[in-house]
Amino acid sequence: MSQPLLTVTDLRKSFGALAVTDGVSFDVHDNELHAIIGPNGAGKTTLIHQLSGSLGCDSGTVRLAGGDITRHSMVDRVRLGLARSFQITSILDGFTVIENAAMAVQARSGSSFRFLRPASKERRLNDEAMAALARVKLDDRAQRRAGSLSHGEKRQLEIAIALATGAKLLLLDEPLAGTGHEESAVLVELMRELKTTHTIVLIEHDMDAVFALADRVSVLVYGRLIATGSAAEVRSHPDVRAAYLGEEEEAVRC
Amino acid sequence: MSARTSDLAITGAVPDVAAPRGGRLAGRGTALAALLIFLVLAVLPPVAVAVNDPFLVVTATRIIVFAIAALSLDLVLGYGAMVSFGHAAFLGLGAYAVAILSSHGISDILVQGVVAVAASALFALVTGAISLRTKGVYFIMITLAFGQMAYFFMVSLSAYGGDDGLTLGGRSTLFGLPILKSDFALFYLSLGVLVLAFVGLRALTLSRFGRVLRGTKENPVRMQAIGFQPFAFQLTAYVIAGALAGIAGVLLANQAEFVSPAYMSWQRSGELIVMVVLGGMGTLVGAIGGAIALLLLEDWLAHFSEHWKLGLGVLLVLLVLFTRGGIVGGVARLFGRPRS
Amino acid sequence: MPRTGARASLWHPQSNPISLPDFSGPGLEDDDAQGMFNLFLLQTLNGVQFGILLFLVAAGLTLIFGIMDLINLAHGVLYMVGAYFTATFTALTGDFLLGIAIALPAALLFGLVLEVLIFRHLYERDHLDQVLATFGLILILNEGVKIVWGAAPMSVPIPEILSGAIPLIGPLKYPFYRVAIIAAGLLTAVGLWLLVNHTRIGMLLRAGAVNAPMVSALGVDIRRLFMLVFGFGAMLAGFAGAMVAPILSVEPGMGDGILILTFVVIVIGGVGSVRGAFVAAILVGLVDTLGRTFGPIVLRAVMEPSAASQTGQTLAPMLIYILMAAVLFFRPSGLFPAKGAAA
Repeated sequence: MSQPLLTVTDLRKSFGALAVTDGVSFDVHDNELHAIIGPNGAGKTTLIHQLSGSLGCDSGTVRLAGGDITRHSMVDRVRLGLARSFQITSILDGFTVIENAAMAVQARSGSSFRFLRPASKERRLNDEAMAALARVKLDDRAQRRAGSLSHGEKRQLEIAIALATGAKLLLLDEPLAGTGHEESAVLVELMRELKTTHTIVLIEHDMDAVFALADRVSVLVYGRLIATGSAAEVRSHPDVRAAYLGEEEEAVRC
Repeated sequence: MSARTSDLAITGAVPDVAAPRGGRLAGRGTALAALLIFLVLAVLPPVAVAVNDPFLVVTATRIIVFAIAALSLDLVLGYGAMVSFGHAAFLGLGAYAVAILSSHGISDILVQGVVAVAASALFALVTGAISLRTKGVYFIMITLAFGQMAYFFMVSLSAYGGDDGLTLGGRSTLFGLPILKSDFALFYLSLGVLVLAFVGLRALTLSRFGRVLRGTKENPVRMQAIGFQPFAFQLTAYVIAGALAGIAGVLLANQAEFVSPAYMSWQRSGELIVMVVLGGMGTLVGAIGGAIALLLLEDWLAHFSEHWKLGLGVLLVLLVLFTRGGIVGGVARLFGRPRS
Repeated sequence: MPRTGARASLWHPQSNPISLPDFSGPGLEDDDAQGMFNLFLLQTLNGVQFGILLFLVAAGLTLIFGIMDLINLAHGVLYMVGAYFTATFTALTGDFLLGIAIALPAALLFGLVLEVLIFRHLYERDHLDQVLATFGLILILNEGVKIVWGAAPMSVPIPEILSGAIPLIGPLKYPFYRVAIIAAGLLTAVGLWLLVNHTRIGMLLRAGAVNAPMVSALGVDIRRLFMLVFGFGAMLAGFAGAMVAPILSVEPGMGDGILILTFVVIVIGGVGSVRGAFVAAILVGLVDTLGRTFGPIVLRAVMEPSAASQTGQTLAPMLIYILMAAVLFFRPSGLFPAKGAAA
């Protein structure tokens, strides 16, 4: 296989004596959807903070398309094509839906130190924003205030914003968090479609969604990856069953 | 509590005050309100002549000057969510630029204006760069302290009057002509600056830059996650606001024909904040309205008692305590915007 | 136009002759080196005394900031109120120590009343509301004091028992009252240290400065803790005001200048840290006092004398702000951060 898009090597982070990320290594290849699962407190959120650049690491490296980005800030990582979504919806409620996406387009299209021309009238920003919205099926909501969207729609917008940054690699932090059955079906379908053009690292609690979508799954327990493989491999891995699935086996089967 | 301290410069006060859509109608409403205020001000001098009250123009000029300063603070406070408590320092620096230059025989307002803008922008750049490394209560205290630093600098600058201030030999000139000797001319110049400032800031808040600034106010982490570094935008806004307040200072020195460190006192900074908040943050026209309202209120209260500040204080405390969600929320509701 | 801010300069020796004790005494007229040393010694003591007073005001305020996340601009007026209470009760009883003894509980009570009436309702508000309400409170109390006691400064005589001067080296003397201020302040600091580090309340205070929600989750009545901190902070500020009553004029607005210096102290020391407040207060007191005296002298080495004294006088008042900026540049959360402030 060609060079992986994302390579994480022996990543470590401790808070005091507590190792929250303890020697994590994995690769993500182009157009792969790599899911990271694990019980609560396994360190999934810490890991995504480290991958997105909002939290440093004690040792180890993160490489994007071969380039070392371990010491890069969140802003620099976005510019290099790595964007994240947030577990807790983090859209700009006071702006319109299209402006939320257009803002992300603006960040990569020319200087934002322009002071006179109205930004909302910039055709190119709006066109690209609309394309991102269309991708998540929110184009009919473009002129609504983002704060007035339903929860599921906000989750869709969250993904549209990440798309609008132009990133190749999307870090999706529990995109299904808090969604109902129908909403989550829409989002799962959306991610299945996104896989065709983007590389995705998915952190998710919903096992149905993970096993339906993931090309590969890594299992994180107490800051360590105890297994990585296809959905079937991981499901049958004895350590995984012991550490994680055992208690939730019922949930996985159904 | 911890969620609050995690915000950048402060407190997400009212998320959607600055949003253009919530809507576009509100945007038109504020523009209309501003137009109305400008028209009333424009006909004021002839009215003052008609009612034989020339002092009206002098008072109005002073109000306009503070409205310009309040407008500049609104950019920082209302759009940038930075609670700056040292804004009067920029006003004072602008005023001192006029006084100091004219005491050395340089009385052209254009030269004075350039120096005033340069001085206040530089002060804003240096102090802003340090202050913006912090957030929350730190930011408030540090801007206050830097304002006080400028104040004490002027107090101890005995060559230029020190604590007592400095009386100007006369008003500024334009290309050697004493045009501003007339109160009317100064009034219309000030009004012109106010209109320009309003129009310019309105364009700025809707521009690419303004959109990033407003987004940063609402959610700085989100802005970083899409590739914006808030610091550069906040600092630029801080410098622009400082420079505009410096221009207001140029006009203030001409209006009073006197400068003193009192222009830079922290009470002045506090009053500027009150103007912006009372009028409605992040609306621009609110800052103008707030300046007019507060200065008229002060004059009016002063009629009744020398202890008028007591009345103002009581008013402030009551407004905060008895409006649901504070003054900030109360004013937002007055403007009829939905809170998310 | 009101110029109350200018009164802050009362804090500074050159505008307040009383602060320069025995300055023209024989110590200065010896040879230069000896004179310089004596001057240094006196000004160091003055700086420490100034710092001690700053500490008393800052100690309560830093806890209020740290634990309640409340920006209180009105802390300086509590200092002023303490001075007025002392002046009044001293006049009534004819005894300064008795006056202080009544003024302290009165200041505590005053703080508690303010907490119940106003501050209690501000804890959950955003910082801007807190700024506006406490700014309003300053206006109210500064004017209120004018109404009750008049605008003219009041003076309090130094009590007989604390007057006089104690000899330092050779002919050099230092006023006994100022030594008493230093001693009383240090005692208070030690008491606070014991309270914060060796009592259950202190443990809650330290925990609260780091994580207030956690403390309330422990089942502690956080409202009572807040009230206690606020009242106690008011009393400490009042105590500082009481002690300066005999050496500064007691007048409306006297708290405004010290408020901002207190902010500088808290920013340098780190919000929520009593230890930080102590170190920073002494540092600010020394830098300010010594800077004003020795700034011009040091500059004379590189400039001609009149320019040096002019430049020195202009720059000296800015020293503490430059110090603050420098500390912030390297440590955005202050010297002893209780919790992070940097973005």
